[in-house]
Parts: sequence; C-alpha cells; structure tokens
Amino acid sequence: MTLDSKIPDAPLQDMWRDHKFNMKLVNPNNKRKFEIIIVGTGLAGASAAATLGELGYRVKVFTFHDSPRRAHSIAAQGGINAAKDYHGEGDSVWRLFYDTVKGGDYRSREANVYRLAEVSNNIIDQCVAQGVPFAREYGGFLDNRSFGGAQVRRTFYARGQTGQQLLLGAYQALARQVAAGTVELITQSEMLELVVVDGKASGIVVRDLVTGEITSHSAHAVVLGTGGYANAFYLSTNAMASNVTAAWRAHRKGAYFANPCFTQIHPTAIPSSDEFQSKLTLMSESLRNDGRIWVPNDPDETRAAADIPEADRDYFLERKYPAFGNLVPRDVASRNAKEVVDAGKGVGPLKNGVYLDFADAISRVGKQAVDDKYDNLFEMYERITGEDPFTSPMRIYPAPHYTMGGLWVDYHLQTTIPGLFAIGEANFSDHGANRLGASALMQGLADGYFVLPYTIGDYLAPMLGQSKVDTSASEFAMAEQAVREQTDKFLKTNGTRSVDWYHRELGKIMWDHCGMARNRAGLEKALSEIPALREEFHTNVRVPGSGSSLNSSLEKAGRVADFFELSELMCRDALMREESCGGHFREESQTEEGEALRDDDNFAFVGAWQWQGLGTDPALHKEQLTFDNVALSQRSYK
Amino acid sequence: MNLTLRVWRQAGPDAPGRFETYQATDVSEDASFLEMLDHVNESLIESGEEPIEFAHDCREGICGTCGLMINGQAHGPERATATCQLHMRKFADGDEIVIEPWRAAGFPIIKDLVVDRSAFDRIVEAGGYISVDTGSAPDGNLIPVPKEVADTSMDAAACIACGACVAACPNGAAQLFTSAKMQHLSVLPQGQPERYERAVAMVDTMEEFFGSCTNMGECEAACPKGISIDFIAMMNKDYRKGLMKTRRSA
Amino acid sequence: MATKVTGVTEGSPPSPGGGRTRRPFLLELYGSAVGKKYVMAITGIVWLGYIFAHMVGNLKIYTGAADFNKYAEFLRTGLLVPIVPEEGALWLMRILLIVTLFLHIMAAYQLTVMNRNARPERYQARREYVAADFAARTMRWTGVIVLLFLLYHIADLTLGWTNPAAAGSTPFEKLVASFEQPLVAAFYVIANLALGIHIYHGAWSLFQSMGWNNRKFNHWRRAFAVGFAVIVIGGNVSFPLAVQFGLVG
Repeated sequence: MTLDSKIPDAPLQDMWRDHKFNMKLVNPNNKRKFEIIIVGTGLAGASAAATLGELGYRVKVFTFHDSPRRAHSIAAQGGINAAKDYHGEGDSVWRLFYDTVKGGDYRSREANVYRLAEVSNNIIDQCVAQGVPFAREYGGFLDNRSFGGAQVRRTFYARGQTGQQLLLGAYQALARQVAAGTVELITQSEMLELVVVDGKASGIVVRDLVTGEITSHSAHAVVLGTGGYANAFYLSTNAMASNVTAAWRAHRKGAYFANPCFTQIHPTAIPSSDEFQSKLTLMSESLRNDGRIWVPNDPDETRAAADIPEADRDYFLERKYPAFGNLVPRDVASRNAKEVVDAGKGVGPLKNGVYLDFADAISRVGKQAVDDKYDNLFEMYERITGEDPFTSPMRIYPAPHYTMGGLWVDYHLQTTIPGLFAIGEANFSDHGANRLGASALMQGLADGYFVLPYTIGDYLAPMLGQSKVDTSASEFAMAEQAVREQTDKFLKTNGTRSVDWYHRELGKIMWDHCGMARNRAGLEKALSEIPALREEFHTNVRVPGSGSSLNSSLEKAGRVADFFELSELMCRDALMREESCGGHFREESQTEEGEALRDDDNFAFVGAWQWQGLGTDPALHKEQLTFDNVALSQRSYK
Repeated sequence: MNLTLRVWRQAGPDAPGRFETYQATDVSEDASFLEMLDHVNESLIESGEEPIEFAHDCREGICGTCGLMINGQAHGPERATATCQLHMRKFADGDEIVIEPWRAAGFPIIKDLVVDRSAFDRIVEAGGYISVDTGSAPDGNLIPVPKEVADTSMDAAACIACGACVAACPNGAAQLFTSAKMQHLSVLPQGQPERYERAVAMVDTMEEFFGSCTNMGECEAACPKGISIDFIAMMNKDYRKGLMKTRRSA
Repeated sequence: MATKVTGVTEGSPPSPGGGRTRRPFLLELYGSAVGKKYVMAITGIVWLGYIFAHMVGNLKIYTGAADFNKYAEFLRTGLLVPIVPEEGALWLMRILLIVTLFLHIMAAYQLTVMNRNARPERYQARREYVAADFAARTMRWTGVIVLLFLLYHIADLTLGWTNPAAAGSTPFEKLVASFEQPLVAAFYVIANLALGIHIYHGAWSLFQSMGWNNRKFNHWRRAFAVGFAVIVIGGNVSFPLAVQFGLVG
C-alpha cells in the first residue's frame, strides 16, 4: 500500500479553505444518523467529542479515567501558541508555520503545519468564549509571553496551568453535550481492541475497569485521541496511566505507526531521587531565562554548590553556545546535560543532575522579584526535594516528555485504516522531529475543534443510509475473545515479578539506548534485549487478584505488554534513521562541533511502519516530504 | 525510615471493609506518599497478596485523581498539598499512619481506597459551562476582562476536583467544589448570560448527592489549591437571585 | 462504569436549568439546602437583633428598679402605641420570634438529617480538624442548650411559673428573686456561654449563608462575630452575677 497523504492541490494559503469547500458534507438533519466513537478525553478527544456532538452526530466517548477531566493534557504548564500578533511584533500565520516547520527540524508536513497555524487563532477565540481564564493585562486584554526561544510573544497562558484550563474548557463543552444527550460518556473503560470489518474501522472492544466486563461498541467511525507514549521510558513526565495501548492495538490491526523514534526529552525536570521513583516532575522551561546551568569541573567534587568557587565551575552551555547560552533549544540543552553527567560530573546524591543556579539573578534583582516571576515554582521544588532553591541551586536533568511520533494520518487525520482517525499527540503529524514549546496544546485543540469535525464528514457522507456494523458480527466476538484470553493469561501466569518491575527494566533499556543520544551498537543491543525481556515478562509476571473487579496490576500488564512491542519499533525506527534531527540524535551523524546533522537527501521522509505480526519485522513505508515554502537549513545556536 | 500503616481494605462497593496493618520498611524520606504505597504494594505482590488499590495518575498535583484521608486529614498534614505531592520527610521514623478513603454518600467506595466521584461530573453537566458552539466565538480580545476579574476566575478555576472538600467537610458537602466550578464562569463577562440559571441548576444537582454547608471552613483548609470559601458566599447569592430571576422569565 | 443514560434530544442543547418546574419563590428557596441556610441566617438575624435589644434594655437594672419596671411597662403599653393597640407590638414581636425560632429549628433539624445522610458511614479513624472550631462543630448542642434555657427563662420570668417571687411582684423583683438562687444564676451563666458560642459562629456564618461577600469587608466578619458575642454575653452574664454579688437587688 502506498501512502497517500491526500494533500490538496492548491497553494498553501488557500489549501484548507478550498479543501473545506471541496469536501463532502453531511446535511445537519442527517448527522444524527451517524455514530462516532471517540477514545480519550484529553484536549483532542474532548474537543472533538464536544464539537461533533454540537454538530448533531451521535457520539460515544470513552475514557479509562474516572472523569474526562483527568486526562494528562491537564498537566501542561506553559501555554498555547497562536498567531494573533496582539502586540504588533510582526507575527503572522506564516511566521508560526515557518517556526514550527523549522523547529520540527524539517520532518513535518508543510500542509498540516500551515493549517495548524491557520486555525491557531480560532482556538484562542473559542477558548475565551468558553470562559478559559487566560492571563490578562491591566487593560483587560489578553496577555502573552514569549516561550521556548520564540522571537515574538505569541503564547497565551493561564498562570502555570494552561493545560488544565484548556482541558476544563473542552471538558465543560463536552459536559454540555452529555447533558444535551448528543454524547454518551463512558468512564473507567479502557479500549483494548479495534474492530475492523471489511477493511473499515467499525468499533472497539472495551474493558470496564471496575467490573471487568468486556463489551463491544460499534460506530460508523472511530477516533483515537489517546495521547503519547513517553511512558515507554517508564520514568517520564507523563501521568502514571498514560499509555500507548489504544494506538498500538490499532497498529496491530493495520494502522501504520509513524516516526516512533521521534521523542522529546525535556531539559528541566527534577532528577530522580531513588530507584523507586515513579515519575519525573517538570519544572517550567522558563526557569532557564534566569537560571545558569553548571556542573563542577572536578568529578570528585564534594563541596556544597555555594562553596565551589567560580574557577571550579563549568557553565557548559554558556561556554559552548555563547550566543544562546542557557536558552539553547530543548534537545541541545538535554544532550549537553547528559554529556556532563556521563562524564561523571553530575551533581546531587546520585550524581544524576546539573545545577540550575539563580544566585546571579537573586543578587541582581532580589529574592522577591525572582520568587514573583516564577510564581510557585520555587516552592514546588522545595516541596519535592526538601531543598531551598534560594540558598542552594536547583538540580535538574532531562526527562522524556512528549512523543512526536504516532499513528500515521493523512491530511484528513485518517489513519491507514479507513474510518479510523487519530488526533492530538496520538498521531504523528505537525511537529516533525521536535515540538516547539506551547505547540502541543495548540495541536490537540486544532485537531479536535477545527479539523476533524470537517474531515470526518467527508468520510461519512458517502455512507448515508448504511447502518453501522452490528456488534453481533463475528469480528466483534473474535476481538472480545482476544481480550478475554489476554486478561486470563496475565492472571494465570503467576510468575515472580511485578508488572512495574518489568516496566522499570524496559525503561532502563530504552533510556540507555534509545534516549537522548542513540547509536547503532546501542540500538542493536536494545533490539536483542527487549524481546528477551518481553518473553520473560509474558512467562514470569505476577498479576494478583481477579479480572472481575478493579485491578490496577492487570490494567498495567496490558499496557506494559504494548510498551514492549512499541519499544522495539522505536529502536528499529531509530536504527533505520541514520541521521540526527530534532529529538532524534544519532551519534554517528553529527557535525565536527557535535551538533545534530540532518541528512535531507536520504531521510526527508516520514517513516511509517506496518505491523506484520509479532516476531516478524515490520514493513517500512516512506512518505517523502517536500519543502516548497520553507527552505531547508541547518540549525545553529552558536 | 520505617512506618506502620493502618490501611482501609474493602473488596468492593458492598463488601465489608476493615483496617489492615502493614509495615513499610526502608522508605526513603524523598519518596512521595504514593511512592511509599507503591513500595508497600510491590512487597504485597511479591508475597502473593493483592496490592492496595488507590487512585492516582499525574503525581504532580494537577489531575485531581489521588486523594486519601491520612491520619484524619484529607490529603494529609501538609496544607495546600495533594496526596501525591506529600513527601515522606513530613513524617517521622516509626510513625503510625492511618489511611482511609474519602467517605461520603456521593462518593461510594469502589475498592479499598478508591471512590467514585462521578457525581462531580453530574454537577458540571447540570450547567458548569458556557453554551458556545465551536466556531461561533468572536475575537478573543473583543471582550476585555479586567485583570482582577480574570485572576478571581482563575483562583476558582484552579479546582482539581479531587473531592477533598467533600471528604473534609463534617457534613459531606460539596459547596466548595460546586461554587468554584460555578464562579470560575460566573465572574467572567462571558458567563453572565447563563449566570443565574447555572447557579440554580448546579446547586440543585449538588444537593442530590451531597450535604449542606455549615460554614466550618474545613474544605478550604483541605483544598490542595487553597480555594477560598468566599466562592461559596458568591454561589449562595447567585442561587437566591437565580430563583428570583427564573421566576421572572417564566 | 457510570454510563450516563440520556435520551437523545434533537435540536439545540438545553441551557442550564432549562425546563425546571417552578414553585412559589419562598417554597422553592426553602426546598433547597442553600435556601434553608438563608432561612437559618435570616431567622438568626432576627434573633440576634432581639437578643441585642433585650440585653441593652435589661441594662436598666443598673439604674434602679424604677427605671427597669418602667421600661418593662413601656414594652407592654407604650411600644408603637397608638399605631397599634396596647400590647400589640409585644404580641407581634412574640409571634415573629416564635415563628422565626420554629423555622430556625426546623431548618436546622432538616439540614442535620440531610448531612447525616450525606455521610452514612463515618470515618473509622479519628478526624483531625483544621479550620472547624469548637463553636462551629457544636452548633447543634449549644442550640439545644439555648432552647432549653429559653423555655426555662420564659417559665421563670415571663410566666412566673418557676419564679420564687410572690404573684403580682414587679419585673425587677422577679428578676432579683430568680437570680438570688445560686443554681439558677449558675444556669444562666452557663446557658449564656452556650448562647455566646452559638451566636459567635452564627454571626460569622450568616454572612456566608446570605452571600454577603466583599473582599473589602470580609476580614471584619470574624471581628464582628467576636465583638457581638462578647458584648451581648458580657451584658447578659453580668445580670445574675450582679445579683449574686449584691450589686443589684
């Protein structure tokens, strides 16, 4: 099968408008004849469910959480970009598009990114109308900040809780539709199979996490807004339950998985304090505006940070990148931190971090000013570590944070399975090899509010008059059987080790070999270790309890099983991509100064993988990327 | 550090519950409270027992999934802190810690320490939104919002719906949650058209599930986001006005 | 889990609260717990006003029996006369007080039942309260004590049933006769302390229940409640003590 991205044949600026006109429409009175299943209630899923409900479709929305509002979009701190140019700085849709393509290191699709930039302004309007309490200036108008090194102020924010507020906006819109009866909300139910009938996505099989009941649900189309897969690394900034299961089960049913190796490592998380740490907490990237990053020169340094004289400190980012200093992009900052820690110069009890020092800023503007500027971040740091960052520097270290890869989708956000759509972080589109700050929220809401509701109509319109596949079809019975078998198998294995133990071990392999820097030998090693560990997992895991009540071990077992298979694909993809770009750094492909070196001649493509069965190598399909509007150039931050 | 835990175990909604005693050994001071429970659960799994079920997810104090009654206090002894952000250095070696689920008629127990908080969703569905269809919004800067108003709205909107207010309230009342969800919208210009209908609908739904407010202030003290009970007063006023206004439009 | 079953409605979604059935405003208000708190607050305000005026009026025992008796007589025969007939205002006031007291107690009872049902299973471990003070947690008990005291107070000084003074005594004589008994004086003091605790929480709480909220004056609410309770109870407690210590009589 060749990949058809269905990019309309029109100039970039007119493309989405023209395409909206050209797409088939479903008459408002006919919309109620179509049923749509949406899995996931984060920014993308909730906004899509609400909008489709408003349009009149009959929507069933599923979440494994106890409420739609718990989705991990809620944890995003920084903000959301839009090309409003409210400050007259020369921002525009074109500039946001340009920055996003460049920031993604030229591995994203121009058409999708342009559309994203185009609808960014509608998102802000919509959210304001919903009552999202964005920060305001004294005149009552919307406030903005510059974020992630952008040269214009285009980031809208609601304190340090922008994701929370945007999600609540979408959740409230969803709640309105639930009350109106257009959307049926099904909580604490996890999608465990996609059902494909006659080549089309026709429904899903879910397990009720409270009662253990396994049920089938059919619809005319299925939409996955199920988030990213950074938890493959075990320790990440993702929530504990964030998982790849829905996307992966769809992949196993034929949806291609694109660019799995494109993962983003965020430079400013709090380093883990012991082996039993369960997750990493992010500190806002904005701290790098005032904090200076350094490590001691001497790996055997034992003095407290404040007692180490200037001469014995290495401000490695300022030294290597005099122009950008501590504000180099996320991937550069992360890799350099790894380098010094690997060289034994890490700080803290486990020597697994670098200092982020505010002493200069405090002596320049005063403690109060620093505290005010960073709101509650200093307090949050102290709460977690027990150290006062006003007297000793913060310790930070990179952490897996976001995954640019995901299910391959065309311009319609449709996967390679007709009728199956993927939105938000679950798809691969828009961010290329690296996501810019404050763009994740933008993409999730763009897909859910302003893209999918149009494109799904184009798929549904020709199906008018066809009823959805009945759940009595044999495909549903088979899918239910597969879920039941897997559940039973986990409960019966009765091995010696917990699910978490295997997840931690998998995470270590991934972090060591498929983390911030990758090389052939490491990836090949990982590719031999992961299947072995996976085998052991399936024969030696211990899942206590029963399948007929709440059983978090059982839930996790299914998710970790999928992470095992995905991790292998991530390594395979990283091995295939013999270049460095964005968040993917192959040590073999770097400039003389140690910077990422792209290979546009050979790797300017999207790598979409087709499942061929466990133990069989997946097939790689390439979608060639063309850059007609943004000239390819090498990034430089010297 | 070593601790003795007395944990509420309950197999299901209708099953009888009881306290079980567990020893948590070699707990790191830097561990969070939930990591300490993870640690206990690992050893329970090793010895073939069912681990303690507790709700949790983001572990950075924003998703509102976690919530335990720790030594008789919702979210434990530290103020303005969700359970996941509580760290073991706040306890002393040898302490006994009693852990119970939230208890309220509106929050039936699902298993062990996990409760069903879907009543909160019902309250929001009753009117905790602004009726605006996607695509019909005017430019974001068309409605100026005074900074003070936006800040007040955000103070209320910070609610994470963890349920600590209900758990801590001696009356099992959800006034703080409901008023926060309501006033977040009702102080904003965008929230005015539906302000009073919203107040009546949300309060009426709230009272189907929860108790009534006797102004004790335990909710505010337990709230991990420090939401003020001022919002309850604002809700009461809107409710009274709402009853008047809905009559007028009849 | 928690599948929401709703009939699929077509057309525009409802606005919040649309389609409510409407009853008369006061019934509708009383039908809700928030409304019952309004009732408690409003009836509480009536009683706070009464208790305050009662205390101020009684201060006349310090200016002599004649003043005090004259004041008592005025309440019966002078208040609002001739707009209303003699004793008319007194009876209006009595009816208002009885009705508001009844509503206050009924609302309290119904809310208590509701709140007990809101947590059918108590916490099994000891609660550790942070904000709820003694006054807030004991409203029901101080309320019951005050009610019993009130009944005795009426039997003692209004109706004279339990008063040791001879029939036909002046109000001042009845008061002194009553407060000369140490047990009665002690009961008055204790009951008034309970009343003080009750009105301290009430005087603060009513602002919340009435929705009187303004950041500019909110911080005065506690001070008002404390000041009000101290002044009223200070005055009230002084009467039996003054009699006991022979300052009045």
